[in-house]
Amino acid sequence: MTRKTGTGLIPGLYLLLFFAYLFGPLIIMVITAFNSSQFPRIRPWECFTTGWFAKLAADDKLLAGIGSSLVIGIGVIAVAIPVGLAAAILLSQVGPRLRSALYTIFIAPILVPGVVIGLSTLIFWGRIAGFLGLSYKSFLYDGTFLTILGQVTFIAAYSMLVFLSRIQRFDPTLTEAALDMGATPTQAFCKVLLPFMAPAIGSATVLAFLASLENYNTTVFTIVSGSTFTTVLASKVRYGLDPSISAVAVIIIGATLVAAILYESWRRDKARRLLPAGRRVPAAPADLWLAPVRRLTHPAFVGAMLAVVVGGSIWAGSRHDSSACEAQIMENKRALQQQFMQQQAPASPPPAATTAPVQAPASSVFAPSNLFSSPAPEPAPAPAQAPANGAFAPSGLAPSSEAPAPAGQQPAPASPFAPSNLAPSQ
Amino acid sequence: MTKEVSLDHVWVEFENFVAVEDANLTIAGGEFFSFLGPSGCGKTTLLRCISGFQEPTLGRIRIGNHDMKGVGPNRRPTALIFQNLALFPLRSVADNIAFPLEVRGVEKRERRRRADELLEMIALPGQGDKRIDELSGGQKQRVAIARALAVKPDILLLDEPLSALDLKLRQHMRTELRAIQKQVGLTFIYITHDQGEALTMSDRVAVMSRGKIQQVADSRTIYDRPATSFVASFVGENNAFAGTVLAKDGQGITIDAGLGVPLVAALRADSGVTPAVGEPCHLFIRPEALVPMTSGSPNSFEARLVKEEFEGHMRHLLLQAGEHQLRMSLVNNGLGGSVAGADGRLTVGFVPELAVALPLGLLASA
Ligand SMILES: Nc1ncnc2c1ncn2[C@@H]1O[C@H](COP(=O)(O)OP(=O)(O)OP(=O)(O)O)[C@@H](O)[C@H]1O
Ligand SMILES: [Mg+2]
Repeated sequence: MTRKTGTGLIPGLYLLLFFAYLFGPLIIMVITAFNSSQFPRIRPWECFTTGWFAKLAADDKLLAGIGSSLVIGIGVIAVAIPVGLAAAILLSQVGPRLRSALYTIFIAPILVPGVVIGLSTLIFWGRIAGFLGLSYKSFLYDGTFLTILGQVTFIAAYSMLVFLSRIQRFDPTLTEAALDMGATPTQAFCKVLLPFMAPAIGSATVLAFLASLENYNTTVFTIVSGSTFTTVLASKVRYGLDPSISAVAVIIIGATLVAAILYESWRRDKARRLLPAGRRVPAAPADLWLAPVRRLTHPAFVGAMLAVVVGGSIWAGSRHDSSACEAQIMENKRALQQQFMQQQAPASPPPAATTAPVQAPASSVFAPSNLFSSPAPEPAPAPAQAPANGAFAPSGLAPSSEAPAPAGQQPAPASPFAPSNLAPSQ
Repeated sequence: MTKEVSLDHVWVEFENFVAVEDANLTIAGGEFFSFLGPSGCGKTTLLRCISGFQEPTLGRIRIGNHDMKGVGPNRRPTALIFQNLALFPLRSVADNIAFPLEVRGVEKRERRRRADELLEMIALPGQGDKRIDELSGGQKQRVAIARALAVKPDILLLDEPLSALDLKLRQHMRTELRAIQKQVGLTFIYITHDQGEALTMSDRVAVMSRGKIQQVADSRTIYDRPATSFVASFVGENNAFAGTVLAKDGQGITIDAGLGVPLVAALRADSGVTPAVGEPCHLFIRPEALVPMTSGSPNSFEARLVKEEFEGHMRHLLLQAGEHQLRMSLVNNGLGGSVAGADGRLTVGFVPELAVALPLGLLASA
């Protein structure tokens, strides 16, 4: 008995850790999407908000990026799937020695770093455009076009791998049989090989789209002056992150879940339909009893349920208003800050400094010091003259004797992290 | 309409390997013609030439007096039943059968009607909606035949279609195939390495060995008057003796087969090439041609009984004569008793008409 629980405990614990490792970050990310804190985090919990979704919906750059990612994804599918299928068919028909040589060639783009593919695509087509004397408006300089080409190079190889594993189980005499029955080669392809490959085409399409959507290192070069979903996200990370990133994650996770549930219910329904004729009819009473359950798992019903759930959450979320709570939090912070100020600098409280962080709350989300006031009493003029600069720019901490003067004279560096800020000699 | 198929000195070579060597024969319209030979002798290759999947390296193939050179498999009046049947697993039984009609643009309702008709013929009525993997081996077989017959080809080519079936089903399918052939009156070209199958079903049989056609004849001739040592040793059981020709005249040929006595085989008008005097040769005596004889009779020799196997209607004896092992089969007369004396020795012999003398040649490996 104890032994039994003992053997059950360790695998159970292992599973728990495994799933925590797998899903922990996702869960945390989802939660942060609903916290009103300026930085994606769970603690301290401020207010439940759906505002980040609203912010996301208003983010034109991101929306434009998603739009071009979709166009690129569709373009990549349209090119990579036929190319990959053709390569797989070719490999299945040549002799063994030629096959291994061709296989190495076809697979090479996967092994080449994405950065190299991106750069070489850019340079190659640029050269060709230059050689043809085309203007910079020509499609050979177009980011979408180049990105599709660049991504197809390796995504076609991915899809070829998917097709290969399926085509290896294809019996080539089926094609011969079709030809023998009077089918033209095209008919034999469409009526025999394609239906057999259909499941692989489905999975390769999904794979190609996801690989295209999430690709960064090739795209960042080939997109030229444009942007895609990933490049926008990357620049967001670089220039200051806010929880609308988490909102993106929530939407992606949600879409994945919905797609997975729909696919699974469709697959089960199909498997049930394909049961041999004898077992399809509900014969036993148990089967009759199961009938309503079956109806509940019908894909149409599942789809309707999902639509209700998703639609409902969007509707409820859009009606939620957290502004009162957020104002309250803001007020609390201000009070807290005031308190700290007074504690640390009871002698000379600078009147302007208290308002500075409030005037520029979004300026530096990475600076936790925001919330805990400044470590040193600062001369009043500096923050007042350059509020966007970040009142607590490290320059203030520079061990310079005439600190106030240079800080004030500086022509407002754009970022609090600008290296010049840190330079000790000014 | 039946059409004759003629192979005109057909050669097929794969990278220095000759798979078919100078095949030259004509198969009449409406005939049930079999190719018989051991594995790898080029039967499938020859069939693929006729159906258009393989171009002969040399020679010509004509179907109904049309040269088939450059005519693709989809434009030949042949239907091939593959060694593995090659039914389409993703299509229902009816859709399989109607496939040839589908690719010819026959309208859906008409296709279904024709498929039902054919299902009726192959005794599977109402099973059109089944999936292929719901069928038994013999049913698949019949579906493959129905599919091949859907567009009424002139020539049906069958590549060992029964090899995957168990013995009972095989025998059943043999009679059924023959019945279908009679019913539709097509030219059947049938491939097998099962000689029983070839001999019972065929109007004529071609025996092949290593890409070469050894003999083309009806079953009886193949069995009784083999043209080469290979045919004699491959078809049915045979005792082969290597020896030299001592004498030859109008009636017979006398051979020293190393048994201590000269043995005589009859010569007939239709005997083909026979070995000349002094030449090495093969003498073939079938187990059922050997009979116990009184000591000293012509064409008889001493042997020792090694083993006896009892098979109900037949008794098979394994004998040792000189350094030869030979088999002898006797019809069981129900009286029992040993054919050999107390010392296990006996005298066996044969009538000259039942022995065959042929030039020394390659034997089918035992
Ligand atoms: N495409 C090919 N390339 C090279 N050699 C081949 C090819 N096809 C067949 N062969 C060779 O030709 C010979 C005859 O093959 P074939 O398939 O005609 O034999 P088969 O008589 O049908 O044998 P089985 O009874 O085993 O089916 C074999 O030795 C085979 O190795
Ligand atoms: Mg074969």
